[in-house]
Amino acid sequence: MLLLFLVLLPFLGSLLSLWSAHQSRSVCTWLTAVAPAVGLVLLLSQGPAILAGELLTVHWRWIELLGLSLSFRLDGLSFMFALLVLAIGLLVILYGRYYLSGKDSHGRFFSLLLLFMGAMMGVVMSNNLLLLVVFWELTSLSSFLLIGFWGHRSDARQGARMALTVTGAGGLALLAGVMILGHIVGSFDLSMVLAAGDQIRAHALYPVALVLVLLGIFTKSAQFPFHFWLPHAMSAPTPVSAYLHSATMVKAGVFLLARLYPALSGTDLWFVIVSVVGLSTMTLGAVVALFKHDLKGLLAYSTISHLGLITLLFGLDTRLAVVAALFHIVNHATFKASLFMAAGIVDHETGTRDIRVLSGLRHYMPVTAALGLIAAAAMAGVPLMNGFLSTEMFLNESLQQNVLGNASWLIPVVAVFAKVFSVAYALRFIHSVFFGPRPGELPKKPHEPPFFMRAPVVILVVLCLAVGVLPALVVGPLLAAASASTTLAPLPEYTLALWHGFNRPLLMSATALILGVGVYAKRQVMFDLWNKLPPLSAPEVFENTLHHKLIRSARWVTRTLENGRPQSYLLLLFVFTISLAGIALWPLANLQGSRPLMPLDFPTVAVALTIIGAAFATVLLHHKRLVALLFLSVVGLGVALAFARFSAPDLVLTQLSVEVVSIVLLILILYLLPAHSPRDSSYARIGRHVAVATAGGVGLGLLTFAVLTRPFDSISSFFLEHSVSGGGGTNVVNVVLVDFRGFDTFGEITVLAIAAIGIYGLLDGMRLFDPKRRLLRNFSREKHSMLLSVLNMPLLPLALLISVYIFMRGHNLPGGGFIAGLITAIAFILQYLTNGLQWTNQRLSDNFHPLVAAGVLIAGLTAVASWFFGKPLLTSAHDHFHIPLIGDIELASAMAFDLGVYLTVVGATLLILQNLGKLKPLTGEQTEGGA
Amino acid sequence: MEILFSVTVAVLVGTGIYLILRARTFPVVMGLMLLSYGVNLFLVAMGRLHSGLPAIIKEGVDYTDPLPQALVLTAIVIGFAMTSFITVLALRARGELGNDHVDGTKDREPGR
Repeated sequence: MLLLFLVLLPFLGSLLSLWSAHQSRSVCTWLTAVAPAVGLVLLLSQGPAILAGELLTVHWRWIELLGLSLSFRLDGLSFMFALLVLAIGLLVILYGRYYLSGKDSHGRFFSLLLLFMGAMMGVVMSNNLLLLVVFWELTSLSSFLLIGFWGHRSDARQGARMALTVTGAGGLALLAGVMILGHIVGSFDLSMVLAAGDQIRAHALYPVALVLVLLGIFTKSAQFPFHFWLPHAMSAPTPVSAYLHSATMVKAGVFLLARLYPALSGTDLWFVIVSVVGLSTMTLGAVVALFKHDLKGLLAYSTISHLGLITLLFGLDTRLAVVAALFHIVNHATFKASLFMAAGIVDHETGTRDIRVLSGLRHYMPVTAALGLIAAAAMAGVPLMNGFLSTEMFLNESLQQNVLGNASWLIPVVAVFAKVFSVAYALRFIHSVFFGPRPGELPKKPHEPPFFMRAPVVILVVLCLAVGVLPALVVGPLLAAASASTTLAPLPEYTLALWHGFNRPLLMSATALILGVGVYAKRQVMFDLWNKLPPLSAPEVFENTLHHKLIRSARWVTRTLENGRPQSYLLLLFVFTISLAGIALWPLANLQGSRPLMPLDFPTVAVALTIIGAAFATVLLHHKRLVALLFLSVVGLGVALAFARFSAPDLVLTQLSVEVVSIVLLILILYLLPAHSPRDSSYARIGRHVAVATAGGVGLGLLTFAVLTRPFDSISSFFLEHSVSGGGGTNVVNVVLVDFRGFDTFGEITVLAIAAIGIYGLLDGMRLFDPKRRLLRNFSREKHSMLLSVLNMPLLPLALLISVYIFMRGHNLPGGGFIAGLITAIAFILQYLTNGLQWTNQRLSDNFHPLVAAGVLIAGLTAVASWFFGKPLLTSAHDHFHIPLIGDIELASAMAFDLGVYLTVVGATLLILQNLGKLKPLTGEQTEGGA
Repeated sequence: MEILFSVTVAVLVGTGIYLILRARTFPVVMGLMLLSYGVNLFLVAMGRLHSGLPAIIKEGVDYTDPLPQALVLTAIVIGFAMTSFITVLALRARGELGNDHVDGTKDREPGR
């Protein structure tokens, strides 16, 4: 519970900051600080247990089907990172209170900062890989908001966009890699994944998973060649940079490197990729940092360089390298956060960060200068500072490497080379800014910052010194616990001490220090060389080549495919469907299966030829719409006969009644549309369409034949067996509809109801366009057929009686709610047709909405009713009843459901047709209706 | 018989697709109906062809497969709902745009 609370605390705090946004800046700051402060106390309360090597976990089931669970862990490694995240976060909040100007919304700023903090806590404490990825993405998103906090500045927007694109893409790769890991291990549970290292490394997919996970890590930790987003993220407010680039965002990458160390490391592939990437990043960052004239730019490249160093350490072949890596993570977080804050103070008090303009600030802000000096010394690895110790460990490890084979000597040489530059840029940061002559014109008159703005820097610098002088006492236990939980193996012997005697690492350090000072002294020569290089601007490259080309091609694809013409969409749709099905079915060995063929008989052949002929006639004559429609109705009737031929009596009844309603509907519509289709397709287009249609038709025909000639085992025997015993009806089709698959049917009548309401909505207030207004007048003068009228009188009660009969018997013989509903609807439609709308409306309510609603409601209530008997939804009951005069009758509760179906069908059909029929009197004469 | 059935399905689907690809709304509606006839026959065929074996429970007889029939029954009704909806949509489009072209662009001369 405590662990969950630790993760949730910053998120809760984030709401608190938002809520207090309208309070004064101090109130908001203090309220914001509550969450990390409480979190810190809680975390430290667990300190003794964790340092003793305990592992705390909590677990809640979440989406088990996906392997996602809400589970957190707290061990040495997560403890160390959580400590950094909360402690440095707290200091950054304090610092941010003074850094932000009155114009910035501090509530929004603090709430975003806490959101980010919560995401980081989630990353370091997740005990489920998928959960970790979720929090990982959350860090990408919230850092996007933080980097782009000054959204009115284009560089901020650009930097945020770049960071999100790079880290977001990496996040996708990570997700893919994690999926593969979960597939290999069979679980996303981190404890299980970590324990399955051998299994993972032996798996064929290991290289793929490794590369994908490393892509995620390298993009997040700004490793070469993905480092370019980090310097541009410097357009964020300085507290954000101090937080994101010292203790959190970029450290998430190396955290994951440490977290998955037992699962993924140990192979040549790991050592080569990780060490080479780390080595090149370290060198590149160190060299470029020297040439940056912006204080924060210099620090950004220095961050890249140090992250490269940490990555390199994880890629080295000795256990002690991991200890060194973790040690350097802590050290880098402390000195880099303080340096960013110092840079922010300089920026805040002088109005510029340009090293070429700044000079001699120690005259104005001596305390800040002293603090900066110590932090920079730690960065350069000067003895007595924390940076010295971890660098020393690193150099010691670099000497004992074999990971690059014969080229392994490169590692210590390049390490010293990078360290030379690291000393040089640290010197530049201090000497050029705080020493030398007093500066010329500055945007502001410099002076010392407020005490509390400097306080976080003081705390961090004191820590740098304390670790540097008394390492074993200050970080010894923490480091031991973190290292043990990282490697999950006994640690090698090592001593944390300031003095190890005269040895080679010390010699290397001394060389680097001396050479570094030399490089700084000769920096003008280097700058001249640097300026001769062709300028390369990351945002330009990123925006122009990557972003713009990507967007342009995306737009091209959209424009080409989405051209606003449904005709071509449909063509594409058909082509793709047919090709996909074709590709899938191509390997079918033989078309004809083993099932014996049925013999032909004359009536069936005649009906089939009629259907075929009428279908072709519909197409050939489709320009003459009414004629085509008549042929279409022939096809429909033929299909009904086909159903009759092949043992589907229910379908015959349905098809017949739907056919009548549909054709009436289409004739009504045709009255309002042109009677002819113009010929506006070119021959080439017609050719293409004929080809696609032929392919589709022949394809489905072949498929039909292949299926028909193969024997099969259907699940229907279940329905046949249980129809009477379980559903109380002998007509299995109807029992399937209202009982076994009742929920589907319920969905279907709902769709019908929605369609009817939709049509009502479409027709309501429609601006009718009637090209045949003159014709209409001629037609509507015509009297309704007297003969039909008279015949129709007795027909209505008869038809209704038949529909009741069809409905009642539906459960046992062909019939049922759908069919009875359609028959009733047809009976009423006949009234409209023979006697006109007005006449019928005088005798019949024209409001069918309640009918539709009642139908759906009754079906729904019947479905739910079984709950009151403690049964699952849609359970039906049935029993025999003896009714006087009528005799024995079997009633099933499913009949009530069928009644709902019936009412919906009647209501929906009449709603549609009657509303369509109503349209005409609006334009024609006032008395007539119907078609 | 199976060949004849398959040819019929092929013709219905082929003519249906061709009409759906036309540029005016009314042929598209007719094409849709032809396509649904074809598809409904195809679906019923998934239970294979049987003559004289309706799925009505009696003593000692064999039955055809009731499941595809139940599915097709609802498919027919839903097909009707869909057909009516798109016809009315076509009507409304004509009312708003002055033509019955599927592209839905306004045209200057109504009632071409």
